[in-house]
Amino acid sequence: MGTVFAMTELISVPNVVGRPMPLRGNDIDTDRIIPARFMKAITFDGLGQLAFHDERFAADGSLKGHVMDEPRFLAKGDRIAVVNKNFGCGSSREHAPQALLRWGIKALIGESFADIFYGNCIANGMPVVTAEAATVETLLRAIEEEPAHELTLDIDKRTVTYRGQTYPVAIPDGVRKQLLDGTWDATRVLLSAAAAVKETAASLPYVKGF
Amino acid sequence: MAKTLFDKVWQAHAVRELPSGQTQLFIGLHLVHEVTSPQAFQMLREDSLGVPYPDRTLATVDHIIPTDTDMRPFDDEQAEGMMSAIEKNCAEFGIRLLDRKSGSQGIVHVIGPELGLTQPGMTIACGDSHTSTHGAFGAIAFGIGTSQVRDVLASQCLAIVKPKLRRIEVEGTLPPGVYAKDVILHIIRVLGVQGGVGYAYEFAGAVFDRMTMEERMTVCNMSIEGGARCGYVNPDQTTFDYLRGRRYAPQGEEFDRAVAWWQQTASEPGAAYDDVAKIDGSRLAPVITWGINPGQAIGVDEKIPGVADFAADERQTVEDAHAYMGWTPGQSVIGTKIDVAFIGSCTNGRISDLREAARVAALGKVKANVTALVVPGSQDVARQAEAEGLPEIFRAAGFEWRLPGCSMCLAMNPDKLVGNQVCASSSNRNFKGRQGSPSGRTLLMSPAMVAAAAIEGAVTDLREMLR
Ligand code: SF4
Repeated sequence: MGTVFAMTELISVPNVVGRPMPLRGNDIDTDRIIPARFMKAITFDGLGQLAFHDERFAADGSLKGHVMDEPRFLAKGDRIAVVNKNFGCGSSREHAPQALLRWGIKALIGESFADIFYGNCIANGMPVVTAEAATVETLLRAIEEEPAHELTLDIDKRTVTYRGQTYPVAIPDGVRKQLLDGTWDATRVLLSAAAAVKETAASLPYVKGF
Repeated sequence: MAKTLFDKVWQAHAVRELPSGQTQLFIGLHLVHEVTSPQAFQMLREDSLGVPYPDRTLATVDHIIPTDTDMRPFDDEQAEGMMSAIEKNCAEFGIRLLDRKSGSQGIVHVIGPELGLTQPGMTIACGDSHTSTHGAFGAIAFGIGTSQVRDVLASQCLAIVKPKLRRIEVEGTLPPGVYAKDVILHIIRVLGVQGGVGYAYEFAGAVFDRMTMEERMTVCNMSIEGGARCGYVNPDQTTFDYLRGRRYAPQGEEFDRAVAWWQQTASEPGAAYDDVAKIDGSRLAPVITWGINPGQAIGVDEKIPGVADFAADERQTVEDAHAYMGWTPGQSVIGTKIDVAFIGSCTNGRISDLREAARVAALGKVKANVTALVVPGSQDVARQAEAEGLPEIFRAAGFEWRLPGCSMCLAMNPDKLVGNQVCASSSNRNFKGRQGSPSGRTLLMSPAMVAAAAIEGAVTDLREMLR
């Protein structure tokens, strides 16, 4: 296609440093992360303050005491959330990672993640790594005990470090490469094979006609 | 070597392997709706990208659309904004939009199949997790996020890792009062809401062989609730018979040639799978969810399980579900009072669902204090139902008959639960707050079970009623 387009520079994400945010619980679905009624907008703007809205706010707007609003976790700047199993299950809404990102959560460490949510995070340059259940538990305890430290996620070394302790985390080779090379935004890569796409399309009976 | 449908279709659509370990996969059919697309179109504009294959994308409006009026502008300004955005985006990028004026509007996963757009051997994507529905035809159908909607618009491709494949065989004969919905709720209960992560599901066995296309769609629809990336059924005569004569299906001799190709795409005997699960369909009862995810389900005649019935790492979610839903472990779900009954959604808003529900609705009247809604999945479904006199049956029984859309499945339009109302729902998600009220409670079940609950004013064992 010889496309000329003004895509942003490749942005490498070799590591993320931020205050920790422990979000305990299995199967935290995207309806909880961002309720559907907040998706009635044609941009992602303003989603940050609505992250986990119904878990955080009562009907009258008062705080319910969710961990995100606990004074000891109140900090400015980037955060890294630590979660349990199957985080982000349910709807494919990219509003979920967008809400987390805009609230300040720039990376996620957890036991496991739902597939579509995982892909949506990576497509936004938001690292998501997994760790053994025991590691996650140790990390959560260390954070809850003493939250006022920075957590460092090193994508290259596949480690996370908190209060001087370093733990191993897992990230597939391909995803690690995407984050390190800054090729996590797939559009540019996909567009570079326009001729091959045409060929594939032309080989399909339902495209060329039966 | 014997191959699976999944392998063959994947291979036919693979453009190349990417350095990231993903495959660049050509997408044969892209479906778009108003909620997950506006940001994608905006990204195209920002990056000066076009849509090279506009004919391979089709748009409709379903999520925010009111079901009680066609009047524009909508009362809800934000909804009107989303509606205008998709109209503008489709016009600008040359994409067909099926709105209410077209007469073919409906829930995206209902109209694709009924228009004959969804066909065996295709790859399909849509910015909606229930895209797995289309797998009922032997297509590989992925729900995607908004960045990927942009990717497909801009390149007609997805960058995606090939999932593993699990075959789920359901043998035997379903007892009366047990539907496709019960089959998939049972599968999710057994394999878990995380059981499918990293997998595609192939559904097979005698129960699937006998199912109609609409029943297969109900099952494939909820693959995602079991964590699977997609789900499919191999195409067979039932599939071909369904497709013949549909608007966008091949016509005449082309159709016969298409059938020959479709047959070749099916999984071959002896093909290898990463995993196989077997289920005896003869032993199933009507299934109902009691918790806050679709895996927290029981047979309607079972008791609410206690925390000790679950593995250690599930107990927190179980406690959470007991508290949110207001259960005491050991209690029966039968007799649980409901406030709202919802029949509709991309899981169970098709004509056969409405027929089954109407059959039950004809047996009585909706209990006072229960609000009961029937929302057809599409304008086509509505027309067919009207031709069969179903709206009269529903209205006579006290149900409201609405215009097509997603409605109370996710409550982005005015149809919502209030406070901690309990809703018997034929939809697919019982997540906290899913039906529009942060404390609203959802019990998922088959449409016939919903109709029965509406009449009794409480959860009931449909089998008793049919006896
Ligand atoms: S009916 Fe429900 S699940 Fe289906 S597309 Fe609409 S909102 Fe999504």
